[in-house]
Amino acid sequence: MSRPSQVDPRGPRVAAALTSLVLAVALVVPPPAREFLLVLQGAVFTIGAFVSVAATPYALFFRGVVRPRLAPPTDLEDARPPQFAQLVGLIFVVVALAGFLTGLDALGYGAAAAALVAALLNAATGFCLGCELYLTSRRLAKSLA
Amino acid sequence: MTGLFVLVGALAVTVVIAVLKAHRDGRFTAVEHTGVVDDDVERLDAERLGQPLGERATLVQFSSAFCAPCRATRVVLGQAAEAVDGVTAIDIDAEAHLDLVRELGIVRTPTVLVLDAQGRVLRRASGVPRREQVLAAIAAASQ
Repeated sequence: MSRPSQVDPRGPRVAAALTSLVLAVALVVPPPAREFLLVLQGAVFTIGAFVSVAATPYALFFRGVVRPRLAPPTDLEDARPPQFAQLVGLIFVVVALAGFLTGLDALGYGAAAAALVAALLNAATGFCLGCELYLTSRRLAKSLA
Repeated sequence: MTGLFVLVGALAVTVVIAVLKAHRDGRFTAVEHTGVVDDDVERLDAERLGQPLGERATLVQFSSAFCAPCRATRVVLGQAAEAVDGVTAIDIDAEAHLDLVRELGIVRTPTVLVLDAQGRVLRRASGVPRREQVLAAIAAASQ
């Protein structure tokens, strides 16, 4: 088996901070801008989930602007947990968009707020809520099978 | 306007979760046993764990692929097992043991169980524990 790809753990933290900012602004701006920001964030999540977390614009910002100002990382981290979390983020943003676009604002706000909480927790504490959901999803899948 | 309330609510929820998490992570708690009979406790053996138990105590870690803190936990448990004679650390892939995961009610990875010499599950913790927390839990389980 090939060695799983590794990332500087501070990259996903910075990406989570930028994600939080975009989602927070999306919550307070009026309709067309709101949907636009959610589509933008959804596109970033799509790249992160299906290409690689290192390929997102947030990762480019981290590598180009943030990392040159930091000490080298003491440790690298498996890229799979943050990548899985991007997929969870994408699901929440798609649900939020679907809610707002169909007039179900409560659904839109609920899903966008959930994505914001997860991103903020990741940025502030390094805790990856999406990763925690992985085991839960496997347990559910098994009990449904 | 609604959006502003939602934003403030989301920030408040984040703070509450972060505080709870900081309080609970790595904290070992005694496992509740419903029965009055001494033997009515969850018990794991070498067959179910796939590895022999430690003579004095066994640390069982449940890990999953998408778990960044699992590696740090593995390091802490490995060091504790090396520091204390008769203690073995076992890492279990939660996905490959979903029956065990369900039986023990494990919802997060990493979850660490501390077993005594007979394989009885005495203490458990979620999140990355500190070395002292692990050593204290071993001492409590091997009395």
